[in-house]
Amino acid sequence: MIDPRAARTADPTAPAAAPAAGRPALEIAALHKSFGATTVLSGIDLAVAPSELVFVLGPSGSGKSTMLRCCNRLEEPDSGTILLKGTPVTGAGVNLNQIRQRIGMVFQAFNLYPHLTALKNVTLALRKVRGLSRAEAEARAVEALTQVGLADKAGNHPAALSGGQQQRVAIARALALEPEVMLFDEPTSALDPELVGDVLAVMRDMKSAGMTMLVVSHEMKFAQEAADRVIFMDGGSIVEQGPPERIFGAPEHERTRAFLSRVTGG
Amino acid sequence: MEKFAEQFLNLEIMAAAWPTVVQGLWVTLLICLVVIPMGMAGGLLAALASLSPRRAVRWPMIAFVDFFRAIPPLVLLIFVYAGLPFAGLDISPFTAVAVAFFLNNSAYYGEIFRAGLLSVGTGQAEAARSTGLTAGQSLAHVVLPQAVRNVLPDLISNTVEVVKLTSLASVVSLGEMLHQADLARSVTYNASPIVLAAGIYLAILWPCVRLISRFERRMAT
Repeated sequence: MIDPRAARTADPTAPAAAPAAGRPALEIAALHKSFGATTVLSGIDLAVAPSELVFVLGPSGSGKSTMLRCCNRLEEPDSGTILLKGTPVTGAGVNLNQIRQRIGMVFQAFNLYPHLTALKNVTLALRKVRGLSRAEAEARAVEALTQVGLADKAGNHPAALSGGQQQRVAIARALALEPEVMLFDEPTSALDPELVGDVLAVMRDMKSAGMTMLVVSHEMKFAQEAADRVIFMDGGSIVEQGPPERIFGAPEHERTRAFLSRVTGG
Repeated sequence: MEKFAEQFLNLEIMAAAWPTVVQGLWVTLLICLVVIPMGMAGGLLAALASLSPRRAVRWPMIAFVDFFRAIPPLVLLIFVYAGLPFAGLDISPFTAVAVAFFLNNSAYYGEIFRAGLLSVGTGQAEAARSTGLTAGQSLAHVVLPQAVRNVLPDLISNTVEVVKLTSLASVVSLGEMLHQADLARSVTYNASPIVLAAGIYLAILWPCVRLISRFERRMAT
């Protein structure tokens, strides 16, 4: 659906063009988060390389979504640092609204704006945050909708789209801002099985276009074929990480083995 | 029956009272034009404050809303009109009406807006903020339009109540429609001007009431 070269020329701020070679796109260090007395994250360290797809696995309540939501501070970490290409995301004096434009996020429940058309869902931030004119914003929105294969649905409201189409519009909404990193919080968990494929295809295209991606999901097949690295989280920490072949083929930790055998039913 | 018609449906007297009553109609509309937008604005602020994560903001606002919802608007109006001069503030009847209605309306509109804001899922604001929109932009472009749509029948319903309540302004001798109609009644010793005013209220408010029903039906489906 996306021609990688077309995507790169259309996107001058794409990761490949950044002068930050060697430096991680996203760096998380000593991240802690508690909700009341419950510790959700206890010291997460993770560096995501430019153009890397890191797939995060783990039982519910392991803290994977919270970790993702800390990356753009929808959840406020208790302590720890997060850097986006060396720019602090955490700490005082951070322009959060500016940094959030550089980190796209896709939600489990899509969270499209139901009162706006697909096109306007995409143009809203372009116009209000980027200050583009209507024509400029619409041109870029159509481009983003084309990338997810939904240019013909630009005039539809979310209620007139299938779940899979809604999620692809949500991806286009994030892509239009030309983010340097994309966060996916269980992007296919709310979809009927037959609609999952289209969303994963879009994600695969983004991956081959060089996008840096941090994906929380239960789509093991997608992890096996598209992930550069798989991370297994449990109890608020990273238990084990490695290339998908090793994590799925020969997991070292008992907790990883137990989890994998539960989800694959094997 | 003839006596009733002469007392209440006397067209001659209605015709004679017409200019006086219409004069009052303009005042009624002027009051509405001032107190409805003010009350909505105050109500929106009250709703936002009462949903604030800060207890120091939330609790006083909840107390404010509770108090002004519980106190009868007539009593409030008399307090404002007769009480403020003791505090050294000499105010016109119109200002007294505006102040009393602002307090009362803010409380009622506030509860409606609060319900509306709560009806919009938190994911909406999160999605908006995740694209770099400020809290204000997220409210204005994403959350508020949905909140208002969700409580539109209640907003219109409350507005109809407010229009009817403006007749309370007659107690501070503000020449709104019912006050003027009553003036005509006291001169003619005939209730027909009151019926005329009631007819005008009905003509204005009935379409609003129909509109509410239509919205409610549309939302039920």
